[in-house]
Amino acid sequence: MLNQEILEILSRSKEWGWVLEPDAKRLLSLAGIDVPEFICTDRLNEAVEFSERIGYPVVAKVVSPQVVHKTEAGGVAVGINNKVALGEAFHRFSGIEGFRGVLVEESVSGVEMIVGSKVDYQFGPIILLGIGGTGVEIYKDTTLRMAPIEPKDVTSMLKSLKAHRLLEGYRGAEPISLEKLTRNLIAFSSLIMDLGEAVTSIDLNPVFCSPTRCVAADARIMLE
Amino acid sequence: MDYQKLFEPKTMAVIGVSLSNDSHPANVVFNKNRLRYPVNTFAVNPKGGSFHRTEIFASVADIPEKIDLAVIAVRADLVPGVLSECIEAGAAGAVVISGGFAESGRKDLQDRIAAIAREADFPFVGPNCLGIYSPDHVDTFFLPSERMVYPNAGNIALVSQSGGVLVDQMINLADEGVGLSVAVSVGNKALIDEVALLGYLSAHPGTEVIAFYLEGFEKNGGRDFVSAARQCGKPVIALKSGRSPEGGRAVSSHTASLAGDYEVFSEVLSQYGVVEARSQFELVSFCESLSCYKRPIQGKVGIITGSGGHGALAVDLCVAHDLSVPRISEKVQAEVREGLSRAAQPIAALGNPIDLTGSAVDDDFVVAAECLSRTDEVDCILLLVLPYSPGTTSDLGARLSRVYLREGKPLVAYVPHVEKYRMLIEGFELNRIPVSPAIEGAVLMVDAMRRCQPC
Repeated sequence: MLNQEILEILSRSKEWGWVLEPDAKRLLSLAGIDVPEFICTDRLNEAVEFSERIGYPVVAKVVSPQVVHKTEAGGVAVGINNKVALGEAFHRFSGIEGFRGVLVEESVSGVEMIVGSKVDYQFGPIILLGIGGTGVEIYKDTTLRMAPIEPKDVTSMLKSLKAHRLLEGYRGAEPISLEKLTRNLIAFSSLIMDLGEAVTSIDLNPVFCSPTRCVAADARIMLE
Repeated sequence: MDYQKLFEPKTMAVIGVSLSNDSHPANVVFNKNRLRYPVNTFAVNPKGGSFHRTEIFASVADIPEKIDLAVIAVRADLVPGVLSECIEAGAAGAVVISGGFAESGRKDLQDRIAAIAREADFPFVGPNCLGIYSPDHVDTFFLPSERMVYPNAGNIALVSQSGGVLVDQMINLADEGVGLSVAVSVGNKALIDEVALLGYLSAHPGTEVIAFYLEGFEKNGGRDFVSAARQCGKPVIALKSGRSPEGGRAVSSHTASLAGDYEVFSEVLSQYGVVEARSQFELVSFCESLSCYKRPIQGKVGIITGSGGHGALAVDLCVAHDLSVPRISEKVQAEVREGLSRAAQPIAALGNPIDLTGSAVDDDFVVAAECLSRTDEVDCILLLVLPYSPGTTSDLGARLSRVYLREGKPLVAYVPHVEKYRMLIEGFELNRIPVSPAIEGAVLMVDAMRRCQPC
């Protein structure tokens, strides 16, 4: 069952047809999916305070109902190392159409994966897992399963990726945490089963997978 | 709903028999069943009269016996009335051959007949279909018997949305000596659809493999289909048309773009253990293989050949299908060599493929097959048999089949299919060892066993 706060987020997002990133991350975190620690604010001093508490570097992204594709709109700044750079990002973003504030979050790293879902006409909710990042539609190294999935499906999904050796500790690297990935995917699976047809598709891209965490660094939730 | 009488009727009414057109679909169905099947067949036309010296009844209600199966071949707008009459008269089920429903914009009419039937718990196949071919019981296909190619009775059920593709598949199965338990053309599947048939066929004692030709499902119909397939306990094979991407459609996300209709279909089928065939050739190969072998394998193939070139082609095809061709251990190679004939012994290459060379005789194939059957280095044996090789006799098929009967390790064979090699081929097929006319077909047979994991 979806909790009340998730329902409220969906309801206030209807206006734009998609869920703003801070809301999307809150929704994911309520569903038990790991997201970076973040703050959404239009006040620089709050952002600075947050960044000093969690430690630089941080990532800043524009929050605007008019901007679905933040990178293309110049609304993403990564590797912000100090107060001055954070201030510059704030200044730049405030000129973007529909500016509502800035999402500031911890920097995370790992192998970039994509986790997605869509509601298929014939098969209902479907989960996608693959190699993520901006090249996702170029490499097309993804696999699909009908939701809900079980832990053993996650293992078989990873095996069916061409790049699976990259995830299993390629050339001396530590393997990504299968346990964390599985836990996040199972939580994602229950979420999309509960959401049903209210949401047409979700992209969590990238999801940074490391030996210790699997964190959804960006989330796009498209509504019916 | 009870489908038993649809497939094994004792009495049958053919509604819509024409008094003026002898090749009317209803006339064809009436004739072939009256002449060739153990079913008491009655012709119906409101005008009455007689046809081929038998009485035509004005209505189903006038027939003196209870009807197990009504075949309805009247104009679409008359179907609801006729269906109601059949229900009223206590018929057990129907095949609606008539077209002119959802496929030509009359979804309303189709919904009406489905509602009438549902209300009365009355099963029917169609509309817009060929209906049911149940060997030795009934044949509602409106194709004259002399034009049809009937496979032998066997253990494969074919279910198809398209009547034409179904008849084609029957020809292909017959060509490969593969037997059929039932064939159903579901047409517009207003009531009885793939999922309903999976339920019936999973309990059908004569059916061991269920093969589908699919065009598409209704909303969430695919979900119901794969769930039913997983539960049915028999191998399920599916061939789907419409696999090309829609193209040019704007999509809102990476996921929507990467998870096109066909990609979803293909991956979900495999998730649920349904073996997807990508061509009619694959469908036949998979049917033949899974009708003989039910146990899944990992796909470690031992290849036995009379020609090095055939062996090399087979290795390439195995690798392309993600099957492994492991090198055979020295110990097993020594066992094989020990048993070979004097001509083959010094020249055979035994690493895998086991190339017995053109000097091989039947005994050499049998020895190699026995040795591979007894080692767990391979879990399946692919035989490449060249009947033109001078040491090979027509007995080889039957002799190798007996190796399987004794040892239980799956064998599949490639033999060129020309009439003069028929006895060799039948030596395999009649002993339930699948044989393909192409090396690739034999490799597909192995692939089917590996992909059918929940079998």
